[in-house]
Amino acid sequence: MYVAVKGGESAIRNSQQLLAEERRGDRNVEELTLDQIQNQMSLAVDRVMAEGSLYDKELAALAIKQSRGDLVEAIFLLRAYRTTLPRFGTTIPIETANMSIRRRISATFKDLPGGQVLGPSFDYTHRLLDFSLAANGDVPDAVEAEDAVDQNMPRVTDLLNNEGLIEEETTEDDSEPFDITRQSPKFPAERTARLQNLARGDEGFLLALAYSTQRGWGRNHPFAGEIRMGELSIEFIPDELGFPIEIGEITITECQMINQFKGSSEIPAQFTRGYGLSFGHNERKTMAMGIIDRALRARELDEQVQAPAQDEEFVLSHSCNVEASGFVQHLKLPHYVDFQSELVTVRALREAVNNDKPNEAEPIPGIVAAE
Amino acid sequence: MKQAEEPGRIKREISRKSWLSILAKSPFSEIQTLWEKLELNLEWELIRKPEIGMVMVQGRTGGNGQAFNLGEMTVTRAAVRLKNGYAGLGYVQGRSKKQAELCAVIDATLQTPANHSKVVNNLITPLKDNLDSLKKHRSKKAANTKVDFFTLVRGH
Repeated sequence: MYVAVKGGESAIRNSQQLLAEERRGDRNVEELTLDQIQNQMSLAVDRVMAEGSLYDKELAALAIKQSRGDLVEAIFLLRAYRTTLPRFGTTIPIETANMSIRRRISATFKDLPGGQVLGPSFDYTHRLLDFSLAANGDVPDAVEAEDAVDQNMPRVTDLLNNEGLIEEETTEDDSEPFDITRQSPKFPAERTARLQNLARGDEGFLLALAYSTQRGWGRNHPFAGEIRMGELSIEFIPDELGFPIEIGEITITECQMINQFKGSSEIPAQFTRGYGLSFGHNERKTMAMGIIDRALRARELDEQVQAPAQDEEFVLSHSCNVEASGFVQHLKLPHYVDFQSELVTVRALREAVNNDKPNEAEPIPGIVAAE
Repeated sequence: MKQAEEPGRIKREISRKSWLSILAKSPFSEIQTLWEKLELNLEWELIRKPEIGMVMVQGRTGGNGQAFNLGEMTVTRAAVRLKNGYAGLGYVQGRSKKQAELCAVIDATLQTPANHSKVVNNLITPLKDNLDSLKKHRSKKAANTKVDFFTLVRGH
């Protein structure tokens, strides 16, 4: 428990002024613009939008600037802002098969319709520092192929599905999905609630959990069936019109994890699925999400829940870095009264021991006995 | 302010759905420049003041399963009525109130038979060409990174 304290107004004001000065840094260095952040720190912007749960590149760039590059703080700023806006409604669910592909790879099929498109990827870089960027960042334009990428880019899981080799996803349940921003969490959670939670969950947390399943804490044998990244138009039906219109275009990353089998006397063995989806270009996050989505389906697939990554209450309750950061950091707030009572208790305990057994009380090394 | 998709009696060169989409996806500066060149000098009133809000973007489990909430995106909307009585609607991604209002004005203008073709030819078509070209260049750059992996056969 912490209690309110009064005073310190001028110290706080001065602290904020100092913070602003530190954020600005050396005034002889040119100030960072939002355009620069949006264009040259685009993956930071994408992470802030995904975990901030609000697609707006300009706002994400502003949040990054304001937070001095502290992305968890930037995510907090974006989450706080989104609570001030009204929601006009819900879009028509995106159809990722229609994505304007900029990257599409599969680790399960070498040859597939549409082919493998590497796109902009760190994967094949040598991870050696490029000192030419320290001097000047000029790069030649990327070369264009004669033709655009194939329009026909079926999802790898759809190809497997055609053969009945992977469990089918159905749209049978067309009820309103759970909305964790409007409904209190409940356990066991529906898959729709879990996916929404993971989509805005902390990348570091999800990555570590996904890694833990690979190291044996809840193995689920994943293959990266497909990762695709590109642009999708967003369709929405305004009340005034009654028919869908496109209201914009967003970048999306999708990962289909294909996992080991499930079968029964009625249904022959099939691969199982784990799904990752994220705003922006967030490949690592989306892969981790796909692995954890699958791990969290343990109960539904009659697997023993033994590892943290399979425990939905554990995963879903600790994935939000805004909540986690708030609760850990609240320890900085004044706990003076709380601590005073603890002091009284510990002194009383020690005194009781001293009074009861005056001759046997051993001094604890390194700690001076309280008076 | 209910409106049918195709309310006018004139022959449309492009559907309202298409032009609203093009307006929503084009950069504001481009729309504004092309609009000013048209010099239509119209007057209008706001039926709905430009308003910033969000829409919840939904995905589907596995890409084609049950819908789930992915996250929100910012959207700005506005509605106007031209002096000639035609009403227009603007729904645009982001937080530009000016863009939402201008798009609503253009939407109403496109429904006005006298100005329809002029606005299609000098504003919507060039905007669409720019969007198509951007998309094509983006796709060709991606296509240039298409790779043919081959597996090595051992023991030969």
